[in-house]
Amino acid sequence: MATATMTRPGKAGTPPWMAPPSIWVRGIKALVIVLIVITMIYPLVYVIAMSFASPSQARAGVIFPTEFSLDAYRAIFNGGTVTQGLSNSLFITVVGTLLSLAATSMLAWGLARTRQVPGAKAVLIMVLATMFFSAGIIPNFMLIKYLGLLDSTWSLIIPGLISAFNMIVIRNFFQGLPEELIEAARIDGAGEWRIFLQIVLPLSKPVLAVMGLFYAVGYWNTYFNALLYINDSEKWPIQVVLQQYVLAGVQIPGAIVSPDQPPPPGVTLQMAVIVLATLPILIVYPFLQRYFTKGVLTGAIKG
Amino acid sequence: MSVQTASDPGTRVKRAPGSPASPRRRKLSLGQRIWRERWSYTFIVPGALFFLVFAYVPMLGNVVAFQQYSPFRGIEGSPWVGFANFNAIWTDPEVLTALRNTLIIAVLQLVFAFPAPIALALLLNSLISDRVKRMVQTVVYLPYFLSWVIVISVWQQVLGGGGLVAGILDAWGMSGFDAMTNADTFKVLVVAQNIWKECGWGTIIFFAAIAGIPNDRYEAAAIDGATPWQRTWHITLPALVPVATLLLILNIGSILTVGFEQLLLQQPMVGANAAQVLDTFVYFRGVMGGQWGIATAAGLLKGVIGTILVLASNKLAKKMGGEGIF
Repeated sequence: MATATMTRPGKAGTPPWMAPPSIWVRGIKALVIVLIVITMIYPLVYVIAMSFASPSQARAGVIFPTEFSLDAYRAIFNGGTVTQGLSNSLFITVVGTLLSLAATSMLAWGLARTRQVPGAKAVLIMVLATMFFSAGIIPNFMLIKYLGLLDSTWSLIIPGLISAFNMIVIRNFFQGLPEELIEAARIDGAGEWRIFLQIVLPLSKPVLAVMGLFYAVGYWNTYFNALLYINDSEKWPIQVVLQQYVLAGVQIPGAIVSPDQPPPPGVTLQMAVIVLATLPILIVYPFLQRYFTKGVLTGAIKG
Repeated sequence: MSVQTASDPGTRVKRAPGSPASPRRRKLSLGQRIWRERWSYTFIVPGALFFLVFAYVPMLGNVVAFQQYSPFRGIEGSPWVGFANFNAIWTDPEVLTALRNTLIIAVLQLVFAFPAPIALALLLNSLISDRVKRMVQTVVYLPYFLSWVIVISVWQQVLGGGGLVAGILDAWGMSGFDAMTNADTFKVLVVAQNIWKECGWGTIIFFAAIAGIPNDRYEAAAIDGATPWQRTWHITLPALVPVATLLLILNIGSILTVGFEQLLLQQPMVGANAAQVLDTFVYFRGVMGGQWGIATAAGLLKGVIGTILVLASNKLAKKMGGEGIF
């Protein structure tokens, strides 16, 4: 390499032209990065820690608790409201994600061969256009009402079944599958549905996994639609429950650990609800994170 | 390379059956082509129907903007009032407050939240250690996946009255700190929350653009004696311009849409004067207040202006020699 003369004694893998910056530049950069990381992560760590704080420390208010207790969680699981919210959200997330994946990949496969199928191009344009407009809050509300879905859990699943963006990402992936394989199966007499279910879908596991995780995060975070469509507090997803108890300051009913003990302080209860609502996201995050750098998403922005 | 692929018999065999060049195919009539691809429609029709019902049919609901609509009478039974609802918008002081708040927040976002991911991407890109870079990325992407309810609840526990910062200031003798209910600083708070939640995720698209820059450009610049700062300014930044333009177009199109859930959640805490935006106005006036006609008219007007803005800024970007979205 011509650049060999530029190599500095540095770490392996460092590009040869990248001279290590001066100590001042490095110091300032390190400081800025540490500040950014603290700003991002400390609020979350603080909330998690305080949800486990002992009642006395929670009442006193500390920067970081040193005495711990599980009372807040015990009280919440005794109360039932939060548990109900969690199980509603779990249902919406699991069922919604499965249905979304099925509907999205079906449409993506149907639209993968726009040149051969008459009319497919028109449908594709019709789908893409939905990324740039929305009918608005009130017309959507009227539709849900007209369909009789008000106060039904399905109103949180069906209207968001297919995201145009996710459909395009999956379609791009399908179009990259080896044509020979599908052609060979066709010649061997496999029906189109069989090709889809037994060849296309198994080959597309990576992209389906990413899109599934994105759908799941979306369903878990459902808030406004539930506020709009669901009146019955029994059917609220966890985000609405969280908003009621933490932001609107409603008391959590039945939050008692045992009859002869004072209930845990409101702060720890609130923190514990936040943690429970965040936990599933924290669990899937490492899986999601693996795909970020693979460019699965960025390539699809220009349809 | 190209010679090899062209003469590769496998490629030719593969292309023949489906390609339009095949002589037998070209003779098929439209009906025959549809019949030949009939199975395709079993995949397409359900999805197409879904978009028709849930994205296009609701558009028709916007006709209530021209009605004195009441849910009991329905669209058929409600009286038509022409443009009365639109005229009422201009004289409604609440609409003007909402419009002013929307525009102030949108401009603040454009000035502070829009360039933040570019700055962060450049900073992270300048790190030599890949391990540190990946660790920081892991941390800054996370808030994007949290719902607004969670984000605001967490901020409430840290910056609200009785929160962490208030507790610390209290110990130093400064009581009464509560950044979450302060109407004067609310718009700054909104932008700060936005940067906290979205900035890290926003870097992804810029990293993709940076990864596309060929290394030899940096090498050549370094040999010619360019400092790291000059290399960033003259090589990295210009490569980010197309992506930034694209995002700017989308941003300008949604200038009347500022963090709906974010503001809806905080409005009860800071009051409508500081936190009412167009979308929350539509919700409170229409769904909560029952004035469906006016609220729908405001929403429709907002949607139409937004679409015009996207088309106009797209055209402008193309005229200035850049790439548009469509």
